[in-house]
Amino acid sequence: MNYVLLGEQFFNGFQLGIILFLMAAGLTLIFGIMDMVNLAHGTLYMFGGFFAATLAFWTGSFVWGIVLAIPVMMIAGVLLDLIVLRTLYERSHLDQVLATFGLILFFNELFLIVYGPEGMAFPLPKAVSGIATLPGGITVPEYRLVIIVLGLLVALGLYLLVAKTRVGMLIRAGASNREMIGALGINVKLLFTAVFGLGAVLAGFAGMIVTPITQAQSGMGEDPLILAFVVIVIGGIGSIRGAFVGAVITGIIDTMGRSFIDVGLLTFLDGEAAESAGPAISSMLIYILMAGILAFKPQGLFPPRGA
Amino acid sequence: MTEPILKLVNLAKHFGGLVATDNLNFEVEPGELHAIIGPNGAGKTTLINQISGMMKPDGGQILFDGGDITHMSAPNRCHAGLVRSFQITSILKNFSVAENVSLGIQARQGHSFKFWNPARADTALHDPALEILNAIGLGERAEVLAGNLAHGEQRQLEIAMALATSPKMLLLDEPMAGMGREDCERMTSYLSSLKSEYTMLLIEHDMDAVFALADRITVLVYGQAIASGAPDDIRANEDVRRAYLGDD
Amino acid sequence: MSFDLIKTPRGAFNLVLVLLCAFMPFIAPALGQDYYTDVFARTMIWAIAAVSLNLIMGYGGMISFGHAVYIGIGGYAVGILTFHGIESAYIQWPVALAASGLIALIFGVISLRTRGVYFIMITLAFTQMVHFLSVSLEKYGSDDGLTIDARSDFGIPFFDLNDAMTLYYFIFALMMASIYITYRIVNSRFGMVIRGSMSNDDRMRSIGFPTYGYKLAAFVIAGVMCGLSGILSANLEDFVSPDMMSWPRSGDLIFMVVLGGMGTIFGPLGGAIVFWILQEFLSNITEHWHLIFGPFLVIVVLFARGGVEGLIGQLGGRRD
Repeated sequence: MNYVLLGEQFFNGFQLGIILFLMAAGLTLIFGIMDMVNLAHGTLYMFGGFFAATLAFWTGSFVWGIVLAIPVMMIAGVLLDLIVLRTLYERSHLDQVLATFGLILFFNELFLIVYGPEGMAFPLPKAVSGIATLPGGITVPEYRLVIIVLGLLVALGLYLLVAKTRVGMLIRAGASNREMIGALGINVKLLFTAVFGLGAVLAGFAGMIVTPITQAQSGMGEDPLILAFVVIVIGGIGSIRGAFVGAVITGIIDTMGRSFIDVGLLTFLDGEAAESAGPAISSMLIYILMAGILAFKPQGLFPPRGA
Repeated sequence: MTEPILKLVNLAKHFGGLVATDNLNFEVEPGELHAIIGPNGAGKTTLINQISGMMKPDGGQILFDGGDITHMSAPNRCHAGLVRSFQITSILKNFSVAENVSLGIQARQGHSFKFWNPARADTALHDPALEILNAIGLGERAEVLAGNLAHGEQRQLEIAMALATSPKMLLLDEPMAGMGREDCERMTSYLSSLKSEYTMLLIEHDMDAVFALADRITVLVYGQAIASGAPDDIRANEDVRRAYLGDD
Repeated sequence: MSFDLIKTPRGAFNLVLVLLCAFMPFIAPALGQDYYTDVFARTMIWAIAAVSLNLIMGYGGMISFGHAVYIGIGGYAVGILTFHGIESAYIQWPVALAASGLIALIFGVISLRTRGVYFIMITLAFTQMVHFLSVSLEKYGSDDGLTIDARSDFGIPFFDLNDAMTLYYFIFALMMASIYITYRIVNSRFGMVIRGSMSNDDRMRSIGFPTYGYKLAAFVIAGVMCGLSGILSANLEDFVSPDMMSWPRSGDLIFMVVLGGMGTIFGPLGGAIVFWILQEFLSNITEHWHLIFGPFLVIVVLFARGGVEGLIGQLGGRRD
């Protein structure tokens, strides 16, 4: 058993989990508080990647690229909310699905035209483009460690926001009982916009920090979006804790699964069969996991209260 | 003393720290109309939800007609003869009045994995449905879309749907909710006419109806039965007066 | 079906649509646009898929964002069997339909334990899974798709699917059959249970219907019908690819059903035709037609009073 490889893949998986958490956290709040199916969340992820890459290009600085892109994400999120999404809160899920689907089509095409099919690169600064060696001989690209650290900081910040502040209390209350917060005299529309803005920044941030590895491209948001859905289903709608647990589990199983399924299969299948079955099975792992969890807990690991 | 048709043994249900049903012991005799009254928040709807199978109790047993139905699914309880009506009108608004009742009848006629013949034209469904509707006074409205009925008529349809399943016992969750004086009186006399055929457990706030109809009354406060007995005894009971009836 | 259906404006409209489909192989050349026939053949295949989605979504209230997966399963079954030299329709078609039904059963068993938002997301996730699976099958073309060398062979003289007219009218016949079968199903006892369940599931359970089983059956029926659509697509295009079951295709299907009128018999046909006309028209203007289609979708949803369903209702559709 190659422990070094195991360790490396664990880190890769954990990093994927962090990215998924950033996507899923905003999404689960939007579902939980606003009961809205927002397919365009992946588009926000794409916005983040492109905004940061572009701003970095203009300012010549990686860090400025990210720092400036965050407020831009907030503005973009709020604008999207005010112009399109506000009207959807009251509507049926079907309306929400169709409308946000239209948004995806539009923005993917728009960014395709503006940036071309190749997309845009977001080069890493030299300071973090090396390889770090951890105890035990495990090597990890420095930037992945950066992602993990940043992601955990954001998770911590989110936890403090939701658990310790007044706004956070409203969010938690809203996640379990929307009518109640309206009855308390809180400006519900304002709260919704704020929550959506927060979700947009989180998704955009995820897009930003991943882009140096993957490049910013039209349509980049949809696969993470669907994985984020799986995370939420596993974790439970409206639960940030669930999003974190679900995201980490998903990231680790997906990454380690892909690495080790081939090896595992070779022990009892011949080469050619294992070669074709391997990728097939590993791509299904996450969904099998999701199905398994749903079999026992149809509302996820941390279901909304009163369910 | 005959065997009770419905018996609750140490029934318990809580939501987090809130106790909705507090080790409740309770019996309904066959053929009686047993009313449950109590202040809001006493746990009456939660109780009906557990008896009808919409909610799982956290402890205790529910026995019906000689069998333990504690873990039985809601559809199966209906087949066993126990059916409920809802406090918030739950008729099928996009169907006609007749179709609503026909569905109840259809449920009693075996499985519905029948894909070919039109259900609306099926006299085996339509004729019995019309009978029930005529008995309750909705015969004229049979082809009207259920959503277009007046509130009082919708409440009547609630009951008709339940009757269509040929039950032994009815669980009536505030059948007179939101009704005006006239409608209430009509409903009261209708329910009275049903007493000979069905056992009924009635949850109601309308005290005139309760005292006119009930053979026995149980008073529920904070998930506990604080008093149970004949209507006059309940009316005279000091605890009950304090907790609920006031100057009624 | 009584002829009363034709007397309403909506009924007349539906009749026109059907006649259009029936006579397109003659209308198209008369207009000097031969390729319209091909477009309509494709449209009718999509109409079958839309009819199947309408069964569970329009009549059953199950919003499946993964329905296109069955088009892929039906198509790939035919493609893979042909790849291995099996061209007989008597093997291909039952296998493809059975595969669609089986997968629908598995997905349905799991998905139907959930409701609302969860259900939408899970059906989407399952489609993705199959999509990824098909991409990972290097042997069968992966991303690039699989070319199909021969069409399903029925072994009947004068009935050769390689003949364009034969295929066209076969598709037409199957489409009309699908519509008719759906019509009978939704008006049957089974249909009443499904529709009642959409209206109020708790109520249905409390009067004695174990709705889960019925919804599952509807889900499987819809899956099989949609698989048929995939089989026909494989035969028409001589090609299958993972793209057939990508989630945007599922989104297109939902749009067709909603646009045509949810819970109506001919709605899906109308929706499919409008969708394809729209796509043809817009893609002739620009290859970036999503730039127009996207906002169009958003505007239709936002400004149609009561959503898209309400809009269609206003255009004079009584439920048939």
